[in-house]
Amino acid sequence: MYDFHYHRPKTLADAVNLLKGKDEARPMSGGMTLIPTLKQRLAKPSDVVDLGGIKDLAGIKVEGNNVVIGGMTRHADVASSADVKSAIPALAHLAGHIGDPAVRNRGTIGGSVANNDPAADYPAAVLALGATITTNTGKHAADSFFKGLFETALSDGELITSISFPKAEKAAYMKFPNPASRYAMVGVFVAKTAAGVRVAVTGAGPSVFRVKAMEDALAKNFSSAAIKDIKIPADGLNSDIHASAEYRAHLVNVMARRAVDAATK
Amino acid sequence: MTIPVAMTVNGKPVSGKVEARTLLVQFLREHLGMTGTHVGCDTSQCGACVVHVDGKSVKSCTILAVQAEGAKVTTIEGLAESAEKLHPMQEAFRENHALQCGFCTPGMVMSAIDMVKRHNYQLDEATVRRELEGNLCRCTGYHNIVKAILAAAPAMKSAGV
Amino acid sequence: MTAQTGIGARVKRKEDQRFLTGTGRYVDDLPLARATYAHFLRSPHAHAKIKSIDTSAAAKMPGVVAIFTGKDTADAKVGGLICGWVVKDKHGQPHKAPPHPVMALDTVRYVGDTVAMVVANSHDEAKDAAEAIKVDYEMLPANVDLATALDKGAPQIHAEAPGNLIYDWELGVKADVDAAFAKAAHVTKLDLVNNRLIPNAMEPRAAAAEYDKGTGNYTLWSTSQNPHVLRLILSAFVLGIPEHKLRVIAPDVGGGFGSKIFCYNEETMVTWAASRVGRPIKWTAERSESFQTDAHGRDHVTHAELALDKDGKFLGLKVETIANMGAYLSTFSTAVPTYLYATLLAGQYTTPVIYANVKAALTNTAPVDAYRGAGRPEATFVIESIVSKAAKELKMDPAELRRKNFIPANAFPYQTPVALQYDSGNYPPIIDEAIKIADYKGFEARRAEAKSRGKLRGIGFSSYIEACGLGPSRVIGQLGGGVGQWESAELRFNPTGNVQILTGAHSHGQSHETTFAQVVSDKLGVPIENIEVVHGDTATTPFGMGSYGSRSLAVGGSAIVKAADKIIAKGKKIAAHLMEASVADVVFEGGTFKVAGTDKAVPLGQAVFAAYVPHNYPLEELEPGMDENAFYDPSNFVYPAGTQICEVEVDPDTGEVEIVNFTAVDDFGNIVNPMIVEGQVHGGIVQGVGQALLENAVYDKETGQLVSGSYMDYTMPRADDVPSFKLGNKVTPCPHNPLGVKGCGEAGAIAAPAAVMNAVHDALAPVGVSHVPMPATPLNVWQAIHGARPAAE
Repeated sequence: MYDFHYHRPKTLADAVNLLKGKDEARPMSGGMTLIPTLKQRLAKPSDVVDLGGIKDLAGIKVEGNNVVIGGMTRHADVASSADVKSAIPALAHLAGHIGDPAVRNRGTIGGSVANNDPAADYPAAVLALGATITTNTGKHAADSFFKGLFETALSDGELITSISFPKAEKAAYMKFPNPASRYAMVGVFVAKTAAGVRVAVTGAGPSVFRVKAMEDALAKNFSSAAIKDIKIPADGLNSDIHASAEYRAHLVNVMARRAVDAATK
Repeated sequence: MTIPVAMTVNGKPVSGKVEARTLLVQFLREHLGMTGTHVGCDTSQCGACVVHVDGKSVKSCTILAVQAEGAKVTTIEGLAESAEKLHPMQEAFRENHALQCGFCTPGMVMSAIDMVKRHNYQLDEATVRRELEGNLCRCTGYHNIVKAILAAAPAMKSAGV
Repeated sequence: MTAQTGIGARVKRKEDQRFLTGTGRYVDDLPLARATYAHFLRSPHAHAKIKSIDTSAAAKMPGVVAIFTGKDTADAKVGGLICGWVVKDKHGQPHKAPPHPVMALDTVRYVGDTVAMVVANSHDEAKDAAEAIKVDYEMLPANVDLATALDKGAPQIHAEAPGNLIYDWELGVKADVDAAFAKAAHVTKLDLVNNRLIPNAMEPRAAAAEYDKGTGNYTLWSTSQNPHVLRLILSAFVLGIPEHKLRVIAPDVGGGFGSKIFCYNEETMVTWAASRVGRPIKWTAERSESFQTDAHGRDHVTHAELALDKDGKFLGLKVETIANMGAYLSTFSTAVPTYLYATLLAGQYTTPVIYANVKAALTNTAPVDAYRGAGRPEATFVIESIVSKAAKELKMDPAELRRKNFIPANAFPYQTPVALQYDSGNYPPIIDEAIKIADYKGFEARRAEAKSRGKLRGIGFSSYIEACGLGPSRVIGQLGGGVGQWESAELRFNPTGNVQILTGAHSHGQSHETTFAQVVSDKLGVPIENIEVVHGDTATTPFGMGSYGSRSLAVGGSAIVKAADKIIAKGKKIAAHLMEASVADVVFEGGTFKVAGTDKAVPLGQAVFAAYVPHNYPLEELEPGMDENAFYDPSNFVYPAGTQICEVEVDPDTGEVEIVNFTAVDDFGNIVNPMIVEGQVHGGIVQGVGQALLENAVYDKETGQLVSGSYMDYTMPRADDVPSFKLGNKVTPCPHNPLGVKGCGEAGAIAAPAAVMNAVHDALAPVGVSHVPMPATPLNVWQAIHGARPAAE
């Protein structure tokens, strides 16, 4: 990788200042995407601002009807959290299936959501549960957060401090992993919350998206039979050596049904 | 730009000067000469480089040396009490012929120990296989690695490690 | 004592202590004082002219010590890399041999081709500087797709090989086979692609070299499976450094599977440049470089036809194959799809006539060469796929059709129509045992149960034969091989009675340090802890051919036995002297020389001591010392055989294939260490399963970019992709080597692809699918099911 200036600020304010001062500065939370990217020389930041030294960015709290997860909380901690397991077991399950154990020990929810990799798992949960993303400058609703391939509503110097997930009445995440990378080739998060039913799909398109037709059908009848015949158009879906767009479209239906079945078990 | 870094590796304080881009595995291998930890890929997938940082398994090719400042790092070299008394996981790998060329072995052993502890010494075959997702082996077909880990779990419990 | 450590014992491995404690020594682990680091600038294009290379800016980058390009090596008259096996085409002409420069001269021919070498004080600095080298390329059309590589108008890769054809080769008499087909009651036809694989030994290739100005000696540490052969090639053909001035050391090597047999550009360049730089040079491949530049494996397009009579007896087999060579001919590439492939097409069967035609094609892809099994997996896949397809077409039980055509036990030695003479074997008991272990009888019930869960269950057989233990030198010479294939051993006793086994074989996971020690412990009664195996260093071991082709024990082990016999013979003379007996009366039992019918005894250790401290010793007749060497050249190949049975469940909704049962029964002849043999089988099976379900090297057909260029896209088998395996074994000892052993290293990988694919096809037959391309990925299976539905409806 190219060399860079390394910073390990102790406060969020310092981190933001460091990021704002430089054109090519990059924040690093768990580093599970950034470091491999740097190793491949696909990015050349002047400065890397390591958020690992900032206290209070990690942690899980239950606040009323919401589970609030700090941006620097590691996947392993979400997966094993008694609070998450009891409030939104599907979220703990999802976190426990990101990457591999060593990756889960380093990777963070904030990093994953901010990066918005099209094959990442967390964006499906954020969107399906209608989570709220809190940053150093404000709040984002999930629906307006994910903008496209690796793109989010975050502006430069804006860092995710926490994500608040409303508890779900029913929820499940089903992932069909890419056989090689084990990232989501198609992942479907189905959730029934106080706000209604949502179906969010990751891995299949350039960015996480909702399937309105399935949501409507499930709102009437929360069963896999209700969405059996809802076909997803293949247009615009990802296509690669592991899955054609048509196959991905097909898998969205299969995974959605399996998620509904799992959520109703 | 070089940065001073200090940490504890296998119980001993170590320090050095590294570039920001120096990975923990480079610090271990090239600065400390501890070549037991291996590098088998450049996409953080093979797991040959797994070490423990503050008690948790980490891919040392995907963490900067400076990120381990002040941490307690354990590598394959730090497991055995002595040449005669290996860690129960090392012993189980030997007993069950869970290694052939030996290249993936350090990462396998470190991941396996972490796995046993996280599962409170209770493992079944399906769990072991799933938990090995981040460790590739090209020689053994995993059969004997799985056997070794299943055998090591109760041995670690009774040895209190 | 030797009962626990001798032949047949499950001795725990001697090599494990260092590997388990992080004290192994692989090439990249070497501490070399004042080392520099090499990085190779590689072609980003599949096919292009190099118009110019400007290294001036790079040379000024921090830490840069030297930069070399193809012009430098050409000016220094560095030879090209060689292909060491001359295959004669069907007209008797030697294969086309385009040059393979160690650094590209004016053209790059695959993504990853070597363009420049930067040597710097650190690897990062070398890489930084490589980015500053400016190369002006003129793009040429790329010839990537094997199926069309030989077509008229396909882009031409080397002027020396018109039409990209390396050879058009045949084996067998076509007219005889055509006559057999004319009499057939049934002909089964099959089109197959044997998917291209990337070996992926977990240790990436690495090389380090140092030059001693005072002596003019070079030392090269290399991740080699055969250091002596590498030295021979570098000395005699490429660099011209005399053999005695070049020491090649292959220390601990982290797996090879064939990919580390060959002589590569990087180790050549590192050695060559070491004297120019005046400091040691280290190079270790990054994994993405391994993907691009390690010799790949397999990659055939094949059409096959099997003729059967009305009872299912095989009458004849026709096979036409196009084999991919890549952009240059690697060290043994030409032999793989010919003598290691077509000669195996008889399989375990009495097929009386066989004709094979193989065309080797150049493409703008990485060189293709031997990978675990090398030719024999491809042959087995053809035979075992077509036999199972024939069984389906004839509505016969696949096991029954195989049994009906097996070479009977009383027919050995058996001359096949494709050149080989099988020395021994007994196939029916193997398939019987496999059927028992796999509970074949209970399969239909399991299929029905799976169906109730919405899963399609299938079962597949693969009964393989292989010729390994390479090999009889005379035969190999007749077939065009450029080297002998004997092996060497030296047993060097020390005065205190312990012994070093010096072997020309090389262990990179195979456990020679244990197995070879067991052989000596058994033969000479020496405690195993007093035996050390030394290998992998041309300066310390006798010239040897290295390890590949499942040859180490069958050939190298036989050399050890020969050396041990010499030790016993000499020891008898010493003991006779010490016991004042006649040599003819001395017997050697359990490590002790005895005179039959008396209580006189001299332990081997005492004879050894007497040989080194020859105070009471027959110096007039006998040299002092106890150090014997031997070279063993086998009289034939060895022929392991076995049957694998794979059972799968397919999820028709997703196309996922799960292996739910896997049985392998093998005949490896006598077994020295069952624990180690089982380990070899496990690993081989998973490489075969990888080929069948997961692994595929994919180049973009237009651009020639390697799409599956990392573990993000090349699917390596993981622990949860496979089950635990059920193994069995049967023994017909090899009649022509002293241990009665056959090779076990490649068997699993040879048989498994057909077993898995036959199971997949069996599972999918009820939904109208007759063919799934290998690997049977979820996508390929789903597309096959999806495509089949309209036809079935």
